[in-house]
Amino acid sequence: MTLFLQQLVNGIGNGVVYGAVALALVLIYRTTGVLNFAQGEMALFTTYLAWKFARSVPVAAAIALAFVIGFVGGAIIERVLIRPVEEARSPLNVVIVTLGLFLGINALPQLIFGTDSQQMPKPWPSDAAPGDVVGTTRAVKVGAVSVSWAVIALALMMVAVCALLWLLFQKTRLGLALRAVASNPESSRLVGINAGLTLMLGWALSAGLGAIVGPLVAARSTGFDASLMQGVLVFAFSAAALGGFDSVLGAVVGGLVVGIAEALTTQYVDPLNGIEVLLPLLLILGVLLIRPNGLFGRRTVERV
Amino acid sequence: MSLLELRGVTAGYGPVQVLHGLDLEVGDGEVVVVLGANGAGKTTTLRAISGMIPARGEIVFDGVRLDGRRPEAVAKAGIAHVPQGRGTFSELTVEENLRLGAITRRDGEVDADLRRWYDAMPRLGERRTQAAGSMSGGEQQMLAIARAMMSRPRLLLLDEPSLGLAPLVTRELFERLRDLNRAEGLSVLVVEQNANLALGIGHRGYVLEAGRIAVSGDAGSLIGNEDVRKAYLGF
Repeated sequence: MTLFLQQLVNGIGNGVVYGAVALALVLIYRTTGVLNFAQGEMALFTTYLAWKFARSVPVAAAIALAFVIGFVGGAIIERVLIRPVEEARSPLNVVIVTLGLFLGINALPQLIFGTDSQQMPKPWPSDAAPGDVVGTTRAVKVGAVSVSWAVIALALMMVAVCALLWLLFQKTRLGLALRAVASNPESSRLVGINAGLTLMLGWALSAGLGAIVGPLVAARSTGFDASLMQGVLVFAFSAAALGGFDSVLGAVVGGLVVGIAEALTTQYVDPLNGIEVLLPLLLILGVLLIRPNGLFGRRTVERV
Repeated sequence: MSLLELRGVTAGYGPVQVLHGLDLEVGDGEVVVVLGANGAGKTTTLRAISGMIPARGEIVFDGVRLDGRRPEAVAKAGIAHVPQGRGTFSELTVEENLRLGAITRRDGEVDADLRRWYDAMPRLGERRTQAAGSMSGGEQQMLAIARAMMSRPRLLLLDEPSLGLAPLVTRELFERLRDLNRAEGLSVLVVEQNANLALGIGHRGYVLEAGRIAVSGDAGSLIGNEDVRKAYLGF
């Protein structure tokens, strides 16, 4: 039982990461209908920036700076790279641009910061061993289960992000405009919404969220390099597919399901070592077969 | 003085030109009907006015040039466009649809206007928390008009409001438009296949043919004109 609970906690830690990246994917998909394959790499680049900043400022401030840069950078990418292609009215072109971004942004930090594995300082309680710059994450004992501060910090981050997004989407005029553009872009313009601004905001929010998640993922592992977000992105895609690509709640729950399933598979499907890597594919396949709109996705019913 | 004036407007989609020098006017407080066969350029005319497609020539609204302006700017200038298919935000609630109509307004009377439209159209009030896309076509058309009115427009552009509606619902819709025009002094430019009904509430009408005005005149003379009836109105 302890083992099971321990794996559950580990799974939640991963699940929050997948959920957060899935959420970033959903933010863009909802407002622009684009699947952003470069999501993970955008987060990677801002993670390197946070790592660089953390050498001169406290790590929390470094992440905040990275967030601001990510937010602005996301908006610029939408305006400069995505929109001109989107106006050509072929969704496939945009997908190809995001794939290009995937490769480009993956190479960028390697060019600037080198290919060596780096260590991210931990924005949560940790013990510094002699000679160890970033230290080891502390854990809280709950009964026999040890809950890492990394999991606690990630979970708190997720709750805060969800609360803020909920407030934004449901309680503000801007959020209503964002949902309107997602629902009917043409009609949005006719009621006077500047659709371009809201599309930029979708990318900005998404890249900003990535800039928060990336450094936390990096800080959780012993070291990170340019491959940091690649595995995460695959699991995040499966989380988003599981939850339904247009549902914020679905992304979060989907992330947790994928994370926990991964942890339990690793633990209990011992004979087939490495099978957990197949899990996201199996989940995507299963969801597409049984519920094409995902667990929380809207099946749009429209009467004419 | 006319509220809206189009002079020599040409517009189209990419290389395909649909409007070939269109002249059209809507007076303040007037209901103007645009008739014509499919492909004559009726919808294109409305889209050119609201800036959804680029147009050349002059589009003057209330003394201000609107040609070349973006749809957002045209909406803010006081023109509300209900497109074909009603432009419903299907996944959003009825109330959210109405609030979107008022999204550019910065005055404090949006809530009061909401109550007003719920009073005027009780069906919308009953369904305020329901997804707008789940309502019937007639209810969605009412919602679209209420949404447009939430922006407190001076001119309402309506594109085939009767499309897909039962005859009885269509009649009720046009009666409501007539009331709005009389009570609020709202100017309306309506594109409609149901010529008889539209001219019934309209002051003047234009018949479009291949992107140009073929015939124009007041509603009574258009209905009474034997040639026009046979050639364009089909009754």
